Amino acid sequence: MGSITLRNVSKSFGSTVVIPDIDLDIAHNEFVVFVGPSGCGKSTLLRLIAGLEDTSGGTIEIDGQNVTAAAPAKRGLAMVFQSYALYPHMTVYNNIAFPLKMAGQDKGAIDKKVRDAARVLNLTDYLERRPGQLSGGQRQRVAIGRAIVREPKAFLFDEPLSNLDAALRGTMRLEISELHHQLQTTMIYVTHDQVEAMTMADKIVVLNAGNIEQVGSPLELYRKPKNLFVAGFIGSPRMNFVSGAEAQKHGAKTVGIRPEHLVLSTTEGAWKGKVGVAEHLGADTFLHIHVDDIGQVTARADGEFGVNHGDTVYLTPDPAKLHRFGPNDEALA
Amino acid sequence: MARQVTTRRKLGMTAVGWIVALLIFFPILWTVLTSFKTEGTAIATPPQFLFFDWTLENYFEVQSRSNYFRHMMNSIVISVGSTLIGLIIAIPAAWAMAFSPTKRTKDILMWMLSTKMLPAVGVLVPIYLVFRDWGLLDTRTGLVIVLTMVNLPIIVWMLYTYFREIPGEILEAARMDGATLANEIVYVLTPMAIPGIASTLLLNIILAWNEAFWTLNLTASKAAPLTAFIASYSSPEGLFWAKLSAASTLAIAPILIMGWFSQRQLVRGLTFGAVK
Repeated sequence: MGSITLRNVSKSFGSTVVIPDIDLDIAHNEFVVFVGPSGCGKSTLLRLIAGLEDTSGGTIEIDGQNVTAAAPAKRGLAMVFQSYALYPHMTVYNNIAFPLKMAGQDKGAIDKKVRDAARVLNLTDYLERRPGQLSGGQRQRVAIGRAIVREPKAFLFDEPLSNLDAALRGTMRLEISELHHQLQTTMIYVTHDQVEAMTMADKIVVLNAGNIEQVGSPLELYRKPKNLFVAGFIGSPRMNFVSGAEAQKHGAKTVGIRPEHLVLSTTEGAWKGKVGVAEHLGADTFLHIHVDDIGQVTARADGEFGVNHGDTVYLTPDPAKLHRFGPNDEALA
Repeated sequence: MARQVTTRRKLGMTAVGWIVALLIFFPILWTVLTSFKTEGTAIATPPQFLFFDWTLENYFEVQSRSNYFRHMMNSIVISVGSTLIGLIIAIPAAWAMAFSPTKRTKDILMWMLSTKMLPAVGVLVPIYLVFRDWGLLDTRTGLVIVLTMVNLPIIVWMLYTYFREIPGEILEAARMDGATLANEIVYVLTPMAIPGIASTLLLNIILAWNEAFWTLNLTASKAAPLTAFIASYSSPEGLFWAKLSAASTLAIAPILIMGWFSQRQLVRGLTFGAVK
């Protein structure tokens, strides 16, 4: 099992309040991603759950047991750090075996578990090496291996892929998702990259300035963002926001429309604009268009959509996909 | 083109490096050479560099006039003893400041360092009187105590800098992995801290070995280390350059050999690539 419940959890460093008051339920076997901009408190929240920071208030329960005051090791959680945090003086084998040694397991059992983990993570050939002799991706796998041998109630990942290059990040993303299916264990994953959040999560927790802005499945957040912040944070490229007269037509302070929900035409449409930079990704082209009276708008076009810098195009927002936000930036029904 | 410039630069830097190294090394080389000269050649003008009658006479003379090995033993006991005691005191202190710093940690470090800003002679009289009353004058114990105190700030500072380089996340990882504080210290921290502790130990032995102010002022004969042994050759009866050089060579030889064999340790870094 591995359900985690936070009730009124708060954290301050001196007079700086990092997390004012958070309630959160994480069910067994869920893959939960904490996402938000730098300094939003997502790593702090993870460290509170891990027990590496003490809470300033509230309670943390794991499987119904209050662990608010328990030491990190007593919570039955395993963590993968951003810097990998491998023990530099130990071989890969000893790194993975370390938590088992600490738990006082016998040599035979340790050996079997380490070799099993190494096989799952393709590390068998590297067991006698030291972390310094491994590539970034291999180090990351060792860190994951050290976590899985403990058979924890939940895995905590603190921005584990941010030190890897883009191609490797994509591969590791798949490996971690695959691992989640194999292990059937709760995973909490912290990232500032909304693509990682969208692709891996069962449930995304969007944090901003220590507050939970919204909790939901990736598609829920994509389709029904609760406020301007979530709307702008989830989705790539970013949602276009339009305020002023155009928004008032829809009875809102601000309206939002995603680049993929704008219909492009070279002949007619609701908004007229001039093409600026076009980003060609192959299948898609992202056009940055300057629309009269509205400003800069990003639109997604088919990869074959042929326009040049300075051409005039017309945009029509899909009315069913228009997001309306009220005076306090909350989404309107 | 760019490549040529780099090669020239490299050559230039190498030449500068050699010149600086030779300049620094020259006094030592001259001392060693002089120790093999007769007193006459030692003060000859123009000075003779390599082509003179090499003689071991000074070394025999020095050994017959004073007991080199007793001084060396004193030096070893005093430098190693004060360094070990210093480490025993400094490791927990530096540890605490590096791993659980408070608002005042920087002030404490500055305060420790500030004791090194006071000229030693400023406290000579009080320390001399205390040593006299406690019967510590001219004893190894006394010198170990005073050198421990004199070098403690440097030991704490060095260890503090080394400990600070141990990434906190590794300790947190150990804590998550179920290591108790004792396990953390034995399996994780100590192996990572040993290179730093070793360099501190070696450097401090060298510092204590070469310390001359306190060792000269607080000893007479029994506990006198090699520094006092050298000083005894710059006597009022006149300067004997060749004998003084022989004594100096004998005094620096052990520490030079130790330094030579441990130079890798002395310059070794701390982490080996666990955290990037």
